[in-house]
Amino acid sequence: MNPDESLVPAIPIGDWVQSFIDWLTENVSWLFDLIKAVFSFLVENLTFGLTAIAPVALIVICVLLAWVLRSWKFALGTAVMFLLVLSMGQWVHMMETTALVLVATVIAVVIAIPLGVLAARSRTVSAIVRPILDFMQTMPAFVYLIPAVTMFSIGVVPGMVATIIFALPPGVRMTELGIRQVDTETVEAGEAFGATPWQILRGIQLPLAVPTIMAGVNQVIMLALSMGVIAGMIGAPGLGKEVVEAISSLDLPLGVEAGLSVVFLAVFLDRLTAALGAPSQYPGSLVALVRRRRRKRAAADG
Amino acid sequence: MPVISADGLHKIFGRRPQRGVDALRAGATRDQLREEGLTAAVIDASFDVEPGEIFVVMGLSGSGKSTLIRMVNGLLPATAGSLEIGGQDLFSMSAKQERQVRRERISMVFQHFALLPHRTVGENAAYGLEISGVGRSEREEKARTALEMVGLTGWGGYPPSALSGGMQQRVGLARALAAGTDILLMDEAFSALDPLIRRDMQDQLVDLQQRLEKTILFITHDLNEAMRLGDRIAMMRDGRIVQVGTSEEILNEPANDYVARFIQDVDRSRVLTAGAILEKPAEVLGAAQGPRTAHKLMRETQNPWLVVLNRDQTPAGVLWEDDVADAVSAGRDELPWSDVHEMPVVREDAPIAELFAPSARHRSPLVVVDEEGHFAGVVPRVTLLTAAGVHQEETSPGSVAAPPPPDGSGQTHRAPDHDVTTTGEEGR
Repeated sequence: MNPDESLVPAIPIGDWVQSFIDWLTENVSWLFDLIKAVFSFLVENLTFGLTAIAPVALIVICVLLAWVLRSWKFALGTAVMFLLVLSMGQWVHMMETTALVLVATVIAVVIAIPLGVLAARSRTVSAIVRPILDFMQTMPAFVYLIPAVTMFSIGVVPGMVATIIFALPPGVRMTELGIRQVDTETVEAGEAFGATPWQILRGIQLPLAVPTIMAGVNQVIMLALSMGVIAGMIGAPGLGKEVVEAISSLDLPLGVEAGLSVVFLAVFLDRLTAALGAPSQYPGSLVALVRRRRRKRAAADG
Repeated sequence: MPVISADGLHKIFGRRPQRGVDALRAGATRDQLREEGLTAAVIDASFDVEPGEIFVVMGLSGSGKSTLIRMVNGLLPATAGSLEIGGQDLFSMSAKQERQVRRERISMVFQHFALLPHRTVGENAAYGLEISGVGRSEREEKARTALEMVGLTGWGGYPPSALSGGMQQRVGLARALAAGTDILLMDEAFSALDPLIRRDMQDQLVDLQQRLEKTILFITHDLNEAMRLGDRIAMMRDGRIVQVGTSEEILNEPANDYVARFIQDVDRSRVLTAGAILEKPAEVLGAAQGPRTAHKLMRETQNPWLVVLNRDQTPAGVLWEDDVADAVSAGRDELPWSDVHEMPVVREDAPIAELFAPSARHRSPLVVVDEEGHFAGVVPRVTLLTAAGVHQEETSPGSVAAPPPPDGSGQTHRAPDHDVTTTGEEGR
């Protein structure tokens, strides 16, 4: 592949990584087994729970959630979208994908937020973390699938690992950004009244960074969804698997139905988490209504 | 004992700042430091703040005053120098001890309020207490009292965003008061407010300070504000404190051209008091003396009037030369009180803005008395007009119309277009 082999020697980076991964699988297989056990336990149980509930009941819950957090319009849209998914026969697949995305998101967020906080507090951590995140984000998503499969074989677990790696970066970045963006004077106010670093983080920085962090979580969910579909290629169950099947058999109807279901799930999760991050922007939500009423009562009480 | 005592404080930003301190001590300038990539924000600042005092640090932006105030509560560690809060050296403390000092002794009010938008006004006011671990009911009670003090009764349940700028700063003030510390740091606290509200807040601060006897370190770039509030003022320029003194000292004896140029714009008539511009007459007459003595003193002092004092140093009246001359030629023994001219008496602490009306009504100089009513001096009309108006001429360096040296007599009754400019200080 290298026309000027005499000038630039071929460096077998790919081979090195291969032998590193081989070494890992041989020597720390107990760790992979543990991860595998935990991940598959979480996803399988969540999938079981989601599919155990009658689809219509779950749709009602989702619609209520949409109304509580955003608006009646979004609730109506949710009802239409999810009923369509049900009628297309993709409901169970969508629940499988949802379970994978939710578990991957929760794990990614649990890693990302503390990492983002550390990066915001220390320049050194930030300088180390940033290039790693760049690497994780720009590496083509499919590439993660290969080592994931060598380490965890095929199925839902390698899909989840690849999904977590791929979806993690915006969570870290947005947490760091959100905390750094908090007005310095406000942080100084905390210090000036003798607050400990932990009290400042808990009482000032994190609450004020919530909108930015939630925007990051929203991004994490979206990336997890896109990767969760790709993970169908290595046997992760769900809508991704349907799409892969549709490609291999050139089944257009199945492709469209599975694809549409992905879109609907994405729209629902995106709008819902956006509303979660900036509740003040949605005055039509039930939460906002209750809060307004309570404030009015408090003001009347004086 | 001073509450805050700063000695040789330096703050230098950049890599290895200590070398900047050494360079400054060896005589390097601020610009030379900048070439080395160091920013000298505060250079060799020393001052003491006494209990119950409002100490104002005044300077333009970039003069280092905000850095200075942040060293006083340890938000910024000093590069060199020491700072004592109530006799305890702040910079030798552990982080924990330092936090304890901030909780118990020092609170701060910020330029842009720095309220927590996700908490209600009441929770904001209680913030300092919450940090210190005070129980809910007690801190709510104290926060309510503090909000009452700043005139925000009943606003505790609202979010700060529902309040106007002036009200938000009252919350900032209430937060500082509720913490119950004896020292209040105020960093350009009123600068973001519009002028009318600023005046209100200044009055309220002075009022609160008198009631609560807090020690206040106030930072401002507005000299009028500094003069209104400050018991003493430290003028800062380029990181250095160039002068510390009362507003009158700074107005009347600016330490250098910089201070002098600065004070040109001040409305002197509100800051200067009768006590600051009064003159001690060369001679006064005891009430027991006769017209002949009065005549002699008048000839010596070359004044057409003479102040007569009672035995207890209260002013008895003012004699005029025509009346005295008549009495002498008629050979009378009682002092000839004028039946035309009354004696206008003013208090020492009256701002000179209040002196113009009585001065215009009476031909006699204003007689100034102290708190007990004892005679302190006189303010002739010319002195008053001079003090209020022509100060620039006196302070601008190398002025062409430099006044001739004063003759030392302290007398000022000359033609108004003539030199009278230095009499303010001379009379003191």
